[in-house]
Formats: sequence, structure tokens, C-alpha cells
Amino acid sequence: MAELGKRAMEGDIRAASRLIRNMEDNLPGTEAEIKDIFPFTGKAHVIGITGSPGAGKSTLTDEMAAAYRKKDKTVGVMAVDPTSPFTGGALLGDRIRMQRHAEDTGVFVRSLATRGAMGGLSKAVGDGIHVLDAMGKDVIIVETVGVGQQEVEIINHAHTVLVVLVPGMGDEVQALKAGLMEIADIFVINKADRDGASKLYQETLNMLQMGKWDDGWIPPIVTVENVADPISFAQSVSDLTDKIDEHYQFLVKSNILAVRKHRKATAEINESLRATILEPILNELTANGELETMIQKIMKRELDPYSLAELVAKKYMAS
Amino acid sequence: MPDKKIRVLVAKPGLDGHDRGAKVIARCFRDAGFEVIYTGCHQTPEQIASAAIQEDVDVVGLSCLSGAHKYLFPQVVKLLQEQGAGDIAVIGGGIIPDKDMQPLYDAGLKAIFTPGAPLDSLVAWVNENIHPRA
Repeated sequence: MAELGKRAMEGDIRAASRLIRNMEDNLPGTEAEIKDIFPFTGKAHVIGITGSPGAGKSTLTDEMAAAYRKKDKTVGVMAVDPTSPFTGGALLGDRIRMQRHAEDTGVFVRSLATRGAMGGLSKAVGDGIHVLDAMGKDVIIVETVGVGQQEVEIINHAHTVLVVLVPGMGDEVQALKAGLMEIADIFVINKADRDGASKLYQETLNMLQMGKWDDGWIPPIVTVENVADPISFAQSVSDLTDKIDEHYQFLVKSNILAVRKHRKATAEINESLRATILEPILNELTANGELETMIQKIMKRELDPYSLAELVAKKYMAS
Repeated sequence: MPDKKIRVLVAKPGLDGHDRGAKVIARCFRDAGFEVIYTGCHQTPEQIASAAIQEDVDVVGLSCLSGAHKYLFPQVVKLLQEQGAGDIAVIGGGIIPDKDMQPLYDAGLKAIFTPGAPLDSLVAWVNENIHPRA
């Protein structure tokens, strides 16, 4: 077995983090590590947590980790923050809220930058989940970047998706819109001590009542109040984890878990086909200057992008 | 294509809430193209060392304005070494009297920056001295 994967599975934290880093950096040889650990994955309950910037995702993640530790579960966290489109740098600040777990060997927190990926995650998240899974984490919490309406990539990776809402973000029509509001298995109304929380609750409930819930799970709405009252905050987040566990039981019993796993496997094969087939071709075309030649042809209107793509396809897919 | 990013942890050890400097440094490293993990104030050396290992950073930047740098900075170095992560460079900044400089270098600090140090000089130091997985 390749070195890092083996050490990660033996509990070596730095090896696990290095492996995720090698995936982020796209280093050659990393695929071999994934091949080795893959047979040991598929056991963890993957929870996605998404919502707008500042909605309280990191604070909730921290308290959820605490609640799962009380239930004697080990926890892995992957928290994603944005990469600058201009400098390529990133300021990863989710961990600020989670540092009380730093010395607990049952919690492993890893921050990731999006590195240009759309959809609210980083490309390395899918394989990163495999690493935490192979390490034996019972629960893996994936916190997306602060999202808007459309970044729903998390549904390809999580078994249970939490959408975190806060009061004051718009009128009822926002709740009716497609995209983010459709992907929740559980809604969390956070900062529910603020003005507008009961209105938001009612609007979310109205939206849910208009839906069809053929599979038998109607997303519950869990309200979480002021973090400054630590005891009631901890209690409401503990209740939230009960709901999350209930959802997982539902997935198992109704066999919808298989549907979710099918969705994840589909995303994974799409991604690996792209990485294995398209990226080497793009790299070669970039290196030998042909890509630039094609760009010039398009700009001068000598040839359209589709004809150029067909020429490339003929060259590489001849066999 | 491979793209090796430099990862930096910026942390404030001890009982010190003066985080403006640490935030400016974190932002400056971000603008230099590094991935910066910021852990905020009031961190124990144990929390910082553990975070550095979990995040697989190349550098830990410590900021201290409380006067406790003589204990806190070397303690982070020591904990990293004990946990097999002695290769992670530790640098520091803050109100550091001249007479404390040499003892801190002797304890394993790789660089110390005091008030007035140009931001460019920090970025230049990292780019010159830190080579991720070289």
C-alpha cells in the first residue's frame, strides 16, 4: 500500500492532511493512494452544511462536533473557504470557531480553499471524504463556502444536507426559488432570537407544504437560538444531531441511501474521467501551443469552437 | 497540472486580544497567494501545534503583544518537534525586546519581525525560505 494512505489509516494525522494536500495540489501519484484506501471507505455518515456567508455554519459545525463526541462518535470536518480569483491566495477562517476541539484526537478538522471550483466546494473534497472515511471517522461534516442560490455541489457528496437560513435575507419569494432551497434534508433557522425569525419559519413551512414528498421525508425545520446562551444553544444543536441521525436511519430503511450513493458515484466517475482523459489533453495542447492557436482562430473567426473540438477529438480518440 | 501552494497558520497564543497585526499579516499572506489558516485569539501552544499538524502547514506565524513570547513561542516549537513536525517553520512577531531575540532564535524560531517591518519583507522571507515538499 502506498505510504501516506497507510499511515493515515493508522491514525497519522499529518499523513492524512498531507494526502489531502497532495490531492489539492494535483501531485502525480496521488491517484494510487486513493486506489489503495478506496476499499476501506463507504462507512461514514457524511453531513453537508451549507448556507450564506455569516449564517453560522462554522459555529454550528463546532457544536455539532461536540454533540457527536458526547454520543461517542469520532468526527472529521472539512471546511471550505474561497480562493482569491486574482492572487490564488485564500484566508481560511472557519477553524476559528472550532479550535476547542484541537486537542481532542477524536476530531480532525481540515480547512480547504476552493481553488477555482464552482459549486461551493473544492475539487479535493470528494477524495478528502474518502481519506477521513478510511481513517474510521464515524461522522464527516463538510462545510461549504458561504453560498448564494445556486451552489449545490454538496448534494453529490453528502448523505444528509443541512441548509442554514438566517432572518433578514429577503421576502417569501426567495423561499420559493429553485436551487439551494430544494436541496435541504433539514432546514436550520439560525440566530432565531433575531427579528424576522418567526416570519422566516412560516415562509419556509409554507414552501415545504407546497412540495411533493413522495419518498416520505419532509424536511424538518430546526430553530437554533443565540450562541451567547451556551446551554440552550448546545441543547438545540444536540437536538439537531438527533434529527440528522433520524434522517440517516430513514435513508437506510427506505433504501434512499442507495440513491444518494448512486448520485455520488456518478459524480465521481464523471470527475475521474475528466481528470484522466480531458486534463492530459488540455495540458498537452497548452504546452505545445495548439490551444493558443485555436483561440486565435476563434478570435479571427477562421473556425468555430465546435469544429476545433471535433478536430481534437479525431486526433486523440482515433483508436 | 501540479500547483504547490504554501500553507501558513497565523495564530495568537496566550491571553492577548490585540489581533489587528495578526489579521493584517493574514491578509498580506493571502494577497501573496498563500493559503492562510487563521485560528484567532487566546490559543494555547497545544492548540496551535495541533492545528498546524491537522492543516499540514509549512509555516506557523505567531503574534504576541502581551510580553509572554519567551514562554509561548518556544513552547510551540517544542510541541511540534515532540509530535514529529519539527520541519514546520515557526516565525514570530509582536512587541519583542532586542534582548529576547537571540534566546528565541536559540529556541528554534526561524524569523522574528517587530513593529515597522515592511509587509513585503515577510512575504519575501517566506518565499525565500519555505519550499513546500521540496
